[in-house]
Amino acid sequence: MAPAVEVQDVYKSFKNVRAVRGVDLEIENGRFAALLGPNGAGKTTLVEMIEGIQKPDQGEIRIHGMPWKGNEQRLRHIIGLSLQETRFIDKLSVWEILRLFASFFSLGKNRVNEILELVGLEDKRQAWVVNLSGGQRQRLALGIALLNHPRVLLLDEPTTGLDPNARREIWSILLDLKKGAETSMVLTTHYMEEAEELCDHILIIDQGRVLREGSLDQLLADETREKIIEFTLDAAGLSKETVSAGAPFSIEWDSFNARGTVILDHIESQLPQFFEFLHQKNLHMKNMECRKKTLDDLFTELTGRRLHE
Amino acid sequence: MSNPICHHQFFHLVAAHGKEIIREPAVIFWGIIFPMLISLGLGLSFTQTRDVVHHVGVISDSADAGQNDSKIHAFLREHGQKVSEPTDHAPKYRLTVENPQLGDTTFVFTQTDWKTATVLLKRDRLHLIVEPAGGDIAYHFDPRNPDAELAYLKLTKAISGKPVASPEIAGNIKPLTVTGTRYIDFLVPGLITMGAMMSCMWGISYGMIDKRSKKLLRRMVATPMRKSHFLMALMVVRISMNIIEAVLLFIFAYLVFDIAVQGSIAALAVIFLAGNIAFCGIAIFVSSRTATTEVGNGLVNAVVLPMTVMSGIFFSYHNFPDWSIPFIQKLPLTLFTDGIRSIFNEGAGFAETTIPAAILLAVGGIFFSVGLRVFRWH
Repeated sequence: MAPAVEVQDVYKSFKNVRAVRGVDLEIENGRFAALLGPNGAGKTTLVEMIEGIQKPDQGEIRIHGMPWKGNEQRLRHIIGLSLQETRFIDKLSVWEILRLFASFFSLGKNRVNEILELVGLEDKRQAWVVNLSGGQRQRLALGIALLNHPRVLLLDEPTTGLDPNARREIWSILLDLKKGAETSMVLTTHYMEEAEELCDHILIIDQGRVLREGSLDQLLADETREKIIEFTLDAAGLSKETVSAGAPFSIEWDSFNARGTVILDHIESQLPQFFEFLHQKNLHMKNMECRKKTLDDLFTELTGRRLHE
Repeated sequence: MSNPICHHQFFHLVAAHGKEIIREPAVIFWGIIFPMLISLGLGLSFTQTRDVVHHVGVISDSADAGQNDSKIHAFLREHGQKVSEPTDHAPKYRLTVENPQLGDTTFVFTQTDWKTATVLLKRDRLHLIVEPAGGDIAYHFDPRNPDAELAYLKLTKAISGKPVASPEIAGNIKPLTVTGTRYIDFLVPGLITMGAMMSCMWGISYGMIDKRSKKLLRRMVATPMRKSHFLMALMVVRISMNIIEAVLLFIFAYLVFDIAVQGSIAALAVIFLAGNIAFCGIAIFVSSRTATTEVGNGLVNAVVLPMTVMSGIFFSYHNFPDWSIPFIQKLPLTLFTDGIRSIFNEGAGFAETTIPAAILLAVGGIFFSVGLRVFRWH
C-alpha cells in the first residue's frame, strides 16, 4: 500500500527566497505528522505543495501513490485541508458555510449535522461567521476540512493565535480523529507542545530543509539522559567569560537577564561539580530548575535559535 | 430538501452569493434607492418649466452725472423694480418678463463700476455688462457663453419693448412634454445601463478581489468545486439583482414621470441581458489577477469613469468633438445605452438592437474567456 504522503527532493523558490530546498518525507497511512519550525521556515510552502495549491519547481509529490498531475479531481475528494488563515464569507451562517462546502463534495445535511456535533458548533449553527470567536472560526475551518471524511488531512497552523483553551478544544477533536486511525494528517506548527501532543512523527524544519525527523522518543533518544539546568545568579551584569571561565562543562549565559543554561548528561556526578564550581567562583544562585530536554532545546542545538524567535 | 438540485453546488453557490449581497443593507440604498433619487433630482430639475435669472452689470460712473440720463438708466427707472436692501449694498433693479410657455425670465441689474463688473464676470456672477454709449447701449459679453448670448438676446428684446416671442410666433411654440422627448426619457435608460455597469464592475470585481485577499478563493478551489460554477453563480446573482434594480427604477420613473417603453419588450430584455453579460465579462477580466482592494479600486475606476463621462448617460455624447464620436459609439456602455434608449424612446425592436446586443455578448464572451484563462485563484 502506497504511503499517505510522499515528498521526494522537492524545491520551491519565490523571487529571491528559496522557500523549500530539497525536502524528502514519507507519511505512512494513519500516521499524524508535524512539520515543526519557526515562522519563515518553509512549512506553509511545503504543505501547500502537498495540498496541490502550489507546484514544486523540482521534485515529486504523491498522495496515496497519485501525483497531482492528472489526478486533481480524485485527490481533491480524498484530502481535507485548512489554510493558515481563511476568512469565510462574513454574513453567512455556520450552517450555510458548511452546506456550501458540503455541496462541493455532493454531501447533504446529515453530514453537516455530524460535523457541527464533531467540532462543537451546534449552538452556533445560525450565527454569522463575522460573529464567531477566533477559536470558533478555527473549529469551523477544521469542520470544513473534515466534511468529506478525508483520508489525508492537511492543517496549516490550526491553532496559531488561539488561547490555551481554544487550542485544547482543537487538539481534542484531532485526538478523537486519531483514534479512528482512518485518516493520516500533516500539521504545521511552531508550538512544540502541539507536535508532541498530537503527532507520532515530527519533522524539524528550518530554512526550507528538514533538519531532523522521527518520533518524539527517537528525536530525543540520543539525549534522553541529558538534563537541562536553568539557573539565575544573584549578580547582574556578569559577562559570559566571567561566568564560564574554568567551568567543567559548557555554560550558555544571558548576561542581560543573569540567566544561564547547562546541559548535564550525568546529573548525579555533574550537579555537585557545578555547585562546587559556583562556590569557588563565589557566585550565588537565586533560582534553579532541572528539566528534561525538549524539542525546543533540540531546535536550538540544531539552529542556534529558538522556535519562537 | 430531497430534490437533488438542493445538493448541487451551483444552487448553493447562487444562494451564498445572493445572501452575501442582500444581507448588506447598503446594497438596498446604493442599488435601488440612490438611482431613484438621482432620477428624481435630475428629472425634476430638467423637466419643470424653468424660471431663468440673468445677472447684468450696469456701468454707472457717479462722476459723470450725464450717465444717469442714459437710455439704460431711463429704462431701469421706468420698468425696473428697485431692490430695497441689496445684500452687497450695490444699487440694484429687478425686471421680470413673464412667459407662461417658456418660463419667466428675470434680469437682476447691478449698478457698478468697470473694475468690479469685470471681476464679477470672471466669477460667473454676471452674464452681461451694459454701459451707456452715446444715446444708445453697449453690450459686453463672451460670445462663446450660451447663457450670456441668451441674456443679450432677451434683454435687447425687452429694452426694445418687444415680447420674447410675438403672439403669432408664441402660438407656434409647442413645448415638448410628451413621453419620449423629455430629458427624463433620455436620463432613465442611461441610469439603468449605468447602474448595471456599476453593479457588475464593483459587485463582481470588488467581491472577487476581496475573496482573493481573504484567501477564500484559494480555499474554495482546494475542493472539487467547479470553477465555472463559481463564476456562473456570481454572474447569475449579479444579473438577477440588476434586473430587480432596473425594474424598480423603471416603476418609479413610470409612477413619477409617466415614462414608458415604446419599443419591443423582448428586444429590451435581450439587450439588457447582453449588456449585463458584457460587463460581467469585463468585471471578471479586471479582477482576474489582483489581490489587493486598493489596486482593484483603481482598475475598476479606470473602466467605469471614462464610460460614465463619455457614453452619454447624463448628456448627449454628441457634445464631444466630432473626431471622438466614432470611438465613443463603440464603447460597451454607449452601445448598451443607445440600444436601451432607442427601445424606450424611439420604439426600436430587434431590427435595431440585434447588432449592438450581439457585439455586447461577444465583448462579454471574449473578456470572460481571457479573464478565466489568466485568472489567479490562489
